[in-house]
Amino acid sequence: MIQNIQSAADLAPAYDLVVVGAGPAGLSAAIEASTHGLAVLLADENDSPGGQIYRSVERASDADLARMGPDYAAGRMLIERFRRADLSYARRATVWNVGPADEETCDGAHALEVGIALGGIARPIAAHRVILATGALERPFPFPGWTMPGVMAAGAAQILMKSSGLVPSGRTILAGTGPLLYLLASQLLRAGVSVTAVVDTTPVENWRSALPHLLGFATSPYALKGLKLLLEVHRRTRVIRGVTAIETVGSAQFSALRVHRGNKPLRIEGDLLLLHQGIAPNLNLALAAGCDYVWDERLAAFRPAVDVRGASSVPGVSIAGDAAGIVGAVASARQGELAGLSAALDLNRIDQGAYEQRRNELARKLARALRGRAFIEHRFRPGKRFRVPEDDGTIVCRCEEITAVKLREVAALGVPGPNQMKAFTRCGMGPCQGRLCGLTAAELLAQCRNVPPGEVGYYRLRPPIKPVTLGELAALPHTDAAIVAVAGFVERAADGAQDVTNGSHQ
Amino acid sequence: MDYDVIVIGGGLVGVSIAWGLSRCGQRVAILDEGDVANRAARANFGLVWSSSKGLGNAAYSRWSRTSTANWHRLAAELKAETGIDTGFVQSGGFSIRLTPTELQRGIASMAMLAGQAGMDAEGTPPLEYEILDQAETRRRLPLVGETVAGAIFSPLDGHANPLRLFAAFHKALQQRGVHYLPHRKTTAIRHRAGGFEVAGEGWRLGAGKIVLAAGIGNTALAPMVGLSVPLSPSRGQIIVTERLKPFLSHATGYLRQTDEGSVLIGESKEATIDHQRPRGPITSVLAERALRTFPLLRDAKAVRIWTAFRVVTPDGYPIYEQSERFPGAFAFACHSGVTLAANHALVLPRQISAGALSEDLSVFHSRRFHVPAAV
Amino acid sequence: MFRRLSDRRESSVSFTFNGVPTMARHGDSVAAALLAAGHCSTRRTPVSGAARGPYCMMGVCFECLVKIDGRPNRQACLTTVVEGMRVETQDGAAMPGREE
Repeated sequence: MIQNIQSAADLAPAYDLVVVGAGPAGLSAAIEASTHGLAVLLADENDSPGGQIYRSVERASDADLARMGPDYAAGRMLIERFRRADLSYARRATVWNVGPADEETCDGAHALEVGIALGGIARPIAAHRVILATGALERPFPFPGWTMPGVMAAGAAQILMKSSGLVPSGRTILAGTGPLLYLLASQLLRAGVSVTAVVDTTPVENWRSALPHLLGFATSPYALKGLKLLLEVHRRTRVIRGVTAIETVGSAQFSALRVHRGNKPLRIEGDLLLLHQGIAPNLNLALAAGCDYVWDERLAAFRPAVDVRGASSVPGVSIAGDAAGIVGAVASARQGELAGLSAALDLNRIDQGAYEQRRNELARKLARALRGRAFIEHRFRPGKRFRVPEDDGTIVCRCEEITAVKLREVAALGVPGPNQMKAFTRCGMGPCQGRLCGLTAAELLAQCRNVPPGEVGYYRLRPPIKPVTLGELAALPHTDAAIVAVAGFVERAADGAQDVTNGSHQ
Repeated sequence: MDYDVIVIGGGLVGVSIAWGLSRCGQRVAILDEGDVANRAARANFGLVWSSSKGLGNAAYSRWSRTSTANWHRLAAELKAETGIDTGFVQSGGFSIRLTPTELQRGIASMAMLAGQAGMDAEGTPPLEYEILDQAETRRRLPLVGETVAGAIFSPLDGHANPLRLFAAFHKALQQRGVHYLPHRKTTAIRHRAGGFEVAGEGWRLGAGKIVLAAGIGNTALAPMVGLSVPLSPSRGQIIVTERLKPFLSHATGYLRQTDEGSVLIGESKEATIDHQRPRGPITSVLAERALRTFPLLRDAKAVRIWTAFRVVTPDGYPIYEQSERFPGAFAFACHSGVTLAANHALVLPRQISAGALSEDLSVFHSRRFHVPAAV
Repeated sequence: MFRRLSDRRESSVSFTFNGVPTMARHGDSVAAALLAAGHCSTRRTPVSGAARGPYCMMGVCFECLVKIDGRPNRQACLTTVVEGMRVETQDGAAMPGREE
């Protein structure tokens, strides 16, 4: 039976495997590993399991399931299996660090350490293996006005619908590209929302690169679903194509969108603007753990470098699902199972023969689930002008309010990469830690230098990858050596100062 | 010759000197590495601090104090040239002591420092400080924790925004036409008639003089021109919080609030450079001491923790030297790039241009490490 | 700006936003509850003072920061509303120390 971790005190000091994230990849990894006898902890930030795709599906009504469609309902079975599995589950838990165990405080047996904050208490947890299943983020969509109240991510609208049964009450405009944009449009329409327009920013020329992959797509389960969606949305609302730029009108609160296409701008009045231009791997934890990463030109995003088993460059750390490259919910689940199975093999809980049999079965299912992805990626690859703002006044870093022109000025100084750019401008230094500006900043710098983004690289990320209070940090284990490193000497209450000094001086 | 002077190293020491050389009319290039090199310049704490420095080396105390005094001019000139405010304030600094033992040690150390021969010189601001007991510390810093034992206050100390300082130098250098050349890791330096040839993978440049300002990279570069820069491994770790409303008007030795609102909490000293991952036990001690100092920070959120390697010599004092075998080759190494930025920008470049370091700086020659230490 | 679908049957929970009694439904995040109550601007930035509101609803953008029960900069989208919760606009940078 699943053990629900209520507070930090319920956490064991060590687990065989810590899985981060309770979406399809994380749930599947945890279930798979637990069936092979591993002591598994799954830590997740949300209130209930499911990740973003299966959010709140456990308490969804029949009406909810009908609105959200069968791909959402499919999450129920997975979560039911998870609830029956023999593992520990920590919800509302922030994983703020993953990495090699500290040389001093390690237990000598476990190679990895996971920093978890739960209910105001931070604890280091030891682990033999870690699977990062941190999913994806919506790609930043910087254009003039995207920071304004009344402008939200499309995913946010889905989350509101799934978790609280909330739908937009006014005139709603959707803008961007990608399957999720049309999925959301159809879900909103089915819920009776007034969708004024779908402003499709998909570059027309994408067809050329997508065409060679059409056959794979046509025979995949995506094809029929996708076509039905498109038809439904086209029938029930206005779809505007061939868009070259968008901007909001006004300053205080979203009231209208100006759409540029051809030489005559179009003004669309609305109360809410929902944005989407694809998703990108959520990198922060993997990068803070020290995992190598690469630029993926097809995704137009960075992703961690992993092998076929999902193993990253950091020994013991694997990455599964969208966190390692965008694959969708079904393939994410298979990758999670493969990563969980690999952990079982590594820790000698399964023999080689059984491993290979299961691996081959999962690999076949994974290949099937990945069919059609190449077409989707090419077809809906967001255009460069929507990834790197041409308008100089556009805010790139929402937290620190750093504009494109500021970044271009600094790029012109010859900065060697985004980290120097960050030091000079504070772009990426706010609480979101670059999640909403990192891709834009790297691509902008690459564009200024006329090199591929892979050459300029990404932010160097360090723990905590989510803000942690000083109170939580102060309660982590101390060591005498650490006290000497900070204070210069260790004081003992009984006999005064004990002279353990590091011999340093200012 | 491509340049009058090539500065190897685009960190704070390198850009300070390059800016000063440009002011002296020199044609200058800066060679730098890539984005993720060992960069102390991006990990600075930002103190402009001299009061407690130089125990055992009065010249270093004087050098730090004159640099602090020169900072006013540096800040004004950079502001005028670039429009960037480096945030320098000499509001006085508190060395907060958490326990009576820490306070006693601080008092003893300051007494020894002040009593040293050679602390005073014409043109150098005198060392001034006050010892504050618990009640007086609380009177001046009402938000300190109840257990804080006392503090040492010096009006000489202050702080600046090290990242804006760094950016201001870079911007000023570009405006002055100084060539900043990143992704140029120097692998060879050869002496030639009338100058030096500096080379790396696929490139080579010539200059009349060279300045080694490559931080811990200097250890490998110095022997190429008959110099030596022995360094000791030293790793430091700092915690940075989210922006907070202003609550602390003065710098303290290990905690300060930047003019943008973040609180910096530092710093540790570990004699190792094996990795740059922040360490949990260090984080914990830093946070715990910060909360004993200012308990109201308990709910403040850390958004970043970073570690960096310090550029620190075996005795902790800087190295400033010119090669005797290859005159025109200079090597500089120090770990107080912010405090000393004013001297690096306003004092050293004139001497480099003239071809000779002043007699005052001779105590900072690395030959001090070559003689057996007196017992 | 948002309305509740009529087929949802969760029980009600009450909290205050800037002192004003406000209703939410059981299971709502603070951000969802604020949007449902018509508040799409929930903080002012520490840099320019610009108004911002919930953007991603999944804990990554930090746009929905609010003060909850006196504690600053809490992520409204990751916090579940409980009865009697005191929620306030986060006006710029956090004031260090807990306000009671």
